Amino acid sequence: MKKRVISTMLCAAMVMTSLAVPAMADDASGFDWKAYDGTTLNVMFNEHTYSKAVIEKIPEFEEATGIKVEYSTTPESNYFDKLNTALSSRSGNPDVFMTGAYQIWEYAPAMYLEDLDPYVNDPAKTAEDYDYDDFIPATVDSLRWDMVPGHAVGEGSLWALPMGWELNNLSYNKRIFEEKGATLPTTTDELMETAVALNEFDGSGTYGIAVRGSREWATIHPGYMSLFATWGGKDFEIEDGKLVCKLDSEEAIAMTDYWVQLIKQAGPPQWSTYTWYQASADLGAGKAAMLFDATSAAYFQNVEGGSAESGNIAWGTIPLPEGKTEDDMKANVWIWSLAMNADSKNKDAAWYFIQYFTNKEFMEWSGTEGACADTPRQSVMDGDAYKAIVGKADNYLESINILSKNATIQFTPQPYFFECTTTWAETLQDLVTSDKYASTEEAMQQLKAQLDEVVSDLEVE
Amino acid sequence: MKQDQTGGTAVAASANEYNVVPFKTRVLPYLIVAPALIITIGILIPFAMAIYYSMTSYSFRMPTYKFTNVKNWVSALTKGGFWKALWVTVRYAFFSVLIEMLLGMGVALILNTLNNKFSRIMKVCLIFPLMIAPITATIVWQLMLNNSVGVVEHLLNLFGVYNFPWAAGTKTALLTVVLIDTWVNTSFCMLLVLAGLQSLPKSPFESAKIDGGSTWFNFVNLTLPMLKPSLYIALLFRLMAALQEYSIIFGMTKGGPGDTLMNLSLTAYQTAFQYQKFGPSLPYILVLWVIINYLAKFIVGKQRAAQRQAAGLEE
Repeated sequence: MKKRVISTMLCAAMVMTSLAVPAMADDASGFDWKAYDGTTLNVMFNEHTYSKAVIEKIPEFEEATGIKVEYSTTPESNYFDKLNTALSSRSGNPDVFMTGAYQIWEYAPAMYLEDLDPYVNDPAKTAEDYDYDDFIPATVDSLRWDMVPGHAVGEGSLWALPMGWELNNLSYNKRIFEEKGATLPTTTDELMETAVALNEFDGSGTYGIAVRGSREWATIHPGYMSLFATWGGKDFEIEDGKLVCKLDSEEAIAMTDYWVQLIKQAGPPQWSTYTWYQASADLGAGKAAMLFDATSAAYFQNVEGGSAESGNIAWGTIPLPEGKTEDDMKANVWIWSLAMNADSKNKDAAWYFIQYFTNKEFMEWSGTEGACADTPRQSVMDGDAYKAIVGKADNYLESINILSKNATIQFTPQPYFFECTTTWAETLQDLVTSDKYASTEEAMQQLKAQLDEVVSDLEVE
Repeated sequence: MKQDQTGGTAVAASANEYNVVPFKTRVLPYLIVAPALIITIGILIPFAMAIYYSMTSYSFRMPTYKFTNVKNWVSALTKGGFWKALWVTVRYAFFSVLIEMLLGMGVALILNTLNNKFSRIMKVCLIFPLMIAPITATIVWQLMLNNSVGVVEHLLNLFGVYNFPWAAGTKTALLTVVLIDTWVNTSFCMLLVLAGLQSLPKSPFESAKIDGGSTWFNFVNLTLPMLKPSLYIALLFRLMAALQEYSIIFGMTKGGPGDTLMNLSLTAYQTAFQYQKFGPSLPYILVLWVIINYLAKFIVGKQRAAQRQAAGLEE
């Protein structure tokens, strides 16, 4: 009898031990990197330095997890059209995709996005060392939204996780500035003066300042929106439970008028076809003396071997309009991030991919060796390796420190963001390239009327 | 069936067994018409659906949609954007097809007349642009026309022209995209006209030569009338493609500057895939379809008449 009791107890102990073994594979919480071994994931990337860094490390991810990754890369000008079509098919392909914060306002209400909070907060699905709190709050907050048009970001579900964030500021070619005896402009008047003075600094084809101008939303969000917000302009305000466009305000008209004059007098000769690729390439090729765009756009040109002018680029902040101080400086934020398709058939494996490429280890590598300078992780930013590499860029970290004080998304979240900003870019193009409007005021008033109609069916509260 | 006393039902049944048509024979007519049936259904169903969805609020981002009757149609047709898009569509098609037809015919006539080693080499070389996807050609042209690094800018500088705006200017954007279209598609027209020229009978030309007909007389009275069927074919294909043009304009300017190059195809694409408003985008495409369908029927009719005339069946 005694033997039977002992043998039963031993058997029970063996069964319990065998049950406990898989759960202890990686850590005590039950997390196991090999849990989805054999799964195949489809990933869509925009062509960017951030995606290049991820792609370089995909073989290591596949080895660590046993998950096979199939991916596609598309240039930015077509990326979101392709992604929109893929997501609207509801086929679950891609499982994971690159997106920006503004896209969330359209994708989340359409139920294209999986809420990532349950994954981040599940110890069985997230490695102990992931450390969500290490993300710079402004980056993850920008990817949260409660899906109420007009409500600011920062509340609600977490729809994506950041790969990198970009602020927008002025960068310039030190060599050209030195040769021409120019100094870094700190006010908008100085910017106009310097840009005009440097126009055709090296003959035809060279010019003062590169900015984006293509007929799309991406023309509005970098330099234009940062200066627009610093000037005191707003896109929408909530009035009586409705979104009301404010692009006909005094500040909006004055800033837009200034921007149009800046482009006409010292911008790229073919401005209306310029995306960030062309604008930043012109700075790197020594064709443009200045660039008003994403911090990282100029950084990539400055990396050794990145362009003809690598090593010659330095950074400023946002030139201030009359009467404004550094406290009024409002850089607009753009965040490249990774999101999960709500229709994915491999959600847990997809989460592993997102987790792997936003964890500290990868971010440290991408922030230093991967040339992704604008890391969203505080620990990476505080690291000596990061400071040693990124700190070499002249005034780069100093500029970011100043800009990040008020940096946030300067747009009002609402699902018609792309229609509104494309129409806005169209008006800007008309102002620069044609005599369609008698004045900037007339153009902005017509634009306001158009955008009011676009958002008219949105209920804010 | 009427039964007799000697078991007539059994006889009839056995006769029916002999009269049964074999399965293969029965199925053959259906197999013969199946491809046509599939194509017809494949074309008609999407069009019927497009007409239906053009009267709904269907959007990719909303799980449900409403029937909105003719709201999308009224909205599209009463907006200035629609008529501007139609005007851009017509202008683009007119200029690109006119230049390509004239240039294609001119080059084909020269190559046909020369008929030597040079012309044989040129016939091969001139077809190269047709082998390149229009979007690829557009990207290459975009680089060549760039004011900072483009080869065309450097060539223009030799003539004292600096910073020509090309696609970036409202007055030069149409010229630029028509130029690219011409580069890509002229060889298509040339190829069809050349094939037409080489299939012309020799005897009328020999008779005209004996009678002392001038080159111009021969061209106007012999070559052109007999070449008309080929010209109509080239016109049909090029006009249909030019009216639907998307890739060159989108690749070059996305429809800008402003709305300078927003034709019906681009407006529909932007509404459907960038703004995700599928229902409201369809009137643009359906109007384009009606225009193309009408023009295609008209040109095919003309081509048939020209064919009969060339064959001497009609005066």
